[in-house]
Amino acid sequence: MGRPQTVSSAIVVSAPRRPPPVRETGIVAWLRSNFFNNIHNSVLTLLAAWALLVTLPGFISWAVTEAVWLTDDPKVCRTAAGACWAVIAEKHRVMLFGTFPYDEHWRGVLVIAIVIGLSVVSGFKRFWSYWLFAAWLVAMGVILVLQLGGVFGLRETGTHEWGGLPLTLIMFVGTVVGGLPIAIFLALGRRSNLPVIKSLCIGMIEITRGVPLITVLFMASLMFPLFVPEELNIDKVIRAQIGMILFFGAYAAEIVRGGLQAIPRGQYEAADAAGLTYWEKTRKIILPQALRIVIPALMNDIIRAFKNTTFVSIIGLFDVLGATATALEDPLWVLYAPEAYMFIFVLYFCFCFSMSKYSEHVEHDLAKGRNF
Amino acid sequence: MTEAIISRAYTSTPESDRRAPPKRLPLTFDGLWHNVGFRSLLYQILIIGAVVSTAFYMIGNAQVAMERLGISTGFGFLTEEAGFAIGESLISYDSSDTYIRAYLVAILNTLKVSAVSVIGATVLGVLIGIARLSSNYLISKIASIYIEIFRNTPQLVQIIFWYTLVTRLPHPKQAWNFFDWVFISNRGLIMAWPADSAVYAWVGLTFVIACGGAFGVVRWTDARRRRTGQTIRALWWNVGLVIGIPLLTWFALGAPTEMVLPIFKGFNFTGGIALSPEFLALLLGLSLYIAAFIAEIVRSGIQAVNRGQIEAARSVGLGRADLYMKVILPQALRVIVPPATAQYVSLTKNSSLGVAIGYPELFNINNTITTTSGNTIECISIMMAVYLSIAFTTAVIMNVYNKAVQIKER
Repeated sequence: MGRPQTVSSAIVVSAPRRPPPVRETGIVAWLRSNFFNNIHNSVLTLLAAWALLVTLPGFISWAVTEAVWLTDDPKVCRTAAGACWAVIAEKHRVMLFGTFPYDEHWRGVLVIAIVIGLSVVSGFKRFWSYWLFAAWLVAMGVILVLQLGGVFGLRETGTHEWGGLPLTLIMFVGTVVGGLPIAIFLALGRRSNLPVIKSLCIGMIEITRGVPLITVLFMASLMFPLFVPEELNIDKVIRAQIGMILFFGAYAAEIVRGGLQAIPRGQYEAADAAGLTYWEKTRKIILPQALRIVIPALMNDIIRAFKNTTFVSIIGLFDVLGATATALEDPLWVLYAPEAYMFIFVLYFCFCFSMSKYSEHVEHDLAKGRNF
Repeated sequence: MTEAIISRAYTSTPESDRRAPPKRLPLTFDGLWHNVGFRSLLYQILIIGAVVSTAFYMIGNAQVAMERLGISTGFGFLTEEAGFAIGESLISYDSSDTYIRAYLVAILNTLKVSAVSVIGATVLGVLIGIARLSSNYLISKIASIYIEIFRNTPQLVQIIFWYTLVTRLPHPKQAWNFFDWVFISNRGLIMAWPADSAVYAWVGLTFVIACGGAFGVVRWTDARRRRTGQTIRALWWNVGLVIGIPLLTWFALGAPTEMVLPIFKGFNFTGGIALSPEFLALLLGLSLYIAAFIAEIVRSGIQAVNRGQIEAARSVGLGRADLYMKVILPQALRVIVPPATAQYVSLTKNSSLGVAIGYPELFNINNTITTTSGNTIECISIMMAVYLSIAFTTAVIMNVYNKAVQIKER
């Protein structure tokens, strides 16, 4: 065997032994690095812990241990020291379905299930296709049938009876589905070479973005009927929906424009050189890339559109917020309004938080493999 | 000559040296249709036509409708007597004043709640944004929970929730008493106020001027150091300036210390300054919501500063204060200010949600005026004009700022 033997060093290091390094794992080290890594952090930790210790037990005893969970007698709540969650059990039908006929609430439940189910399916990238779009169209038809009734032996329910979560979700889906095409056209128009189209689009976008949503809704519900012939009596829900769509469209247009600007010039020039017409270029080259870039930013706007559906309660529609206000007109329970609003607070939070977590995920996913 | 040689080198047949000029298309429809300039002109004329005719059609409809409903037109109504009372106002107002004055009260109320909320949102937002970046797990977790909760729920629900909470506070008789200076009850917040408030206004004014002066001193010493290399330590001078001048003013004006304390009499408080429950609820709703967004903006702004910048600053020996004031902050502000301003504009616009709880801001008062005067279109135009001018003024200021802080590439 020609293998050389390992040569062991003859030098013996006689330095004193050093102490073992500070442990970097384990609970003590974790506490040290996250809570007490320097003096001011230690002080902050102690202060925050003190604040939590002072407030949390009181809150828990109010919200859990002293709370009244279930009773149909508001007098029980009055004597209790804690929250009165019973108001939710008592009023949840009105809060969730508004003035919709009581016996027909199952239709509202179906609408909610369809919207949530299809939204979850739309979340998976592998389902993104024209079929999904078609599925949404079919779903919207089914939802309209369920809400309007009058066919298949369903009792007829006009839009004045719509309310609660189904109305909120319909408003939301309608705003996004109707607003996205408007946003795309406004964004393209703003980048157009034709001065008339460009200035019209800029005017539309800037004026709509410059005023509060509530004034847009107010215009749609009060001014719009003045400007169309008397015979054309457009429904209140549709008028509110138009206002919501315009507002969402103007905001989303600016985001889409950002995407259009982010596409390298070479893409436009290559499309022109290949002899594509404007619409071919836009549809096949520009938009697929631009929309892909702006999806995360659009998600923010979509979440805002969901939060903004509450504004329709101000112009007298009974969405979840409006229906809750109606439910609390009952003088027996009006004292427990904060608990009722906390309930819808949590309801809205569940929807918006899941959407925002999803948008974070999409952002990571779409950023893969992009080089501009 | 050279041109000819070059072209010969590239083309094989000398006859095709020069191509004939393109044939003028005959002035036919087909020829015009394939002319880009003509087509775009045609499209634009068609669009103008469509817009104008729609506008005329709608105005015609509106005229018919307004005649039918007996809605009057024109801005003459503005000088008429308003005839309704407004709950709170910064200037004197009663129901015999004109509509113009009612509008003024409404605009001032909108600006009041927006200004206070902007300050609240900024202070809270910056604190939470920094807390979010803290290496302290507890602090950063609390900050991120706050952000998630307030960002992911509708502002209107928040405002109404705060309002229901404020109205559930104890009656004035059992108001929460803070050292007899501040009382909180379901009538709002009542606090002590200096009897001689004009003196304190002067003190505040001189404080602002002194801050400006101190800023000028800092600029001057900085410029001098760059020019000559000599450092002047002006920190204590500045502290003296900022604290001393207002103090001197206070003493010069007689150093009044008397405060008017709110006292419960009969059914309500007298004396002191009162903030209505509507104002408080709207203030909480606007500032807590926007603070969550400001916090995220501040966090991303600080994170956007390149690590290399911080390392470079450390390696040239800048201290902690200089590192923050001269390297991190100027670069972070460039990222923070534009989106933060957008949030402030959105806050001002959303103060219109005060209508849901009865705070007398522009949208709310405008509704009342629309109903009492009947001039729907004029009222909505006035309201739109006010909101648009707020948004556009901010946009103009923003553009100037952006130009000033732009990275100067040489």
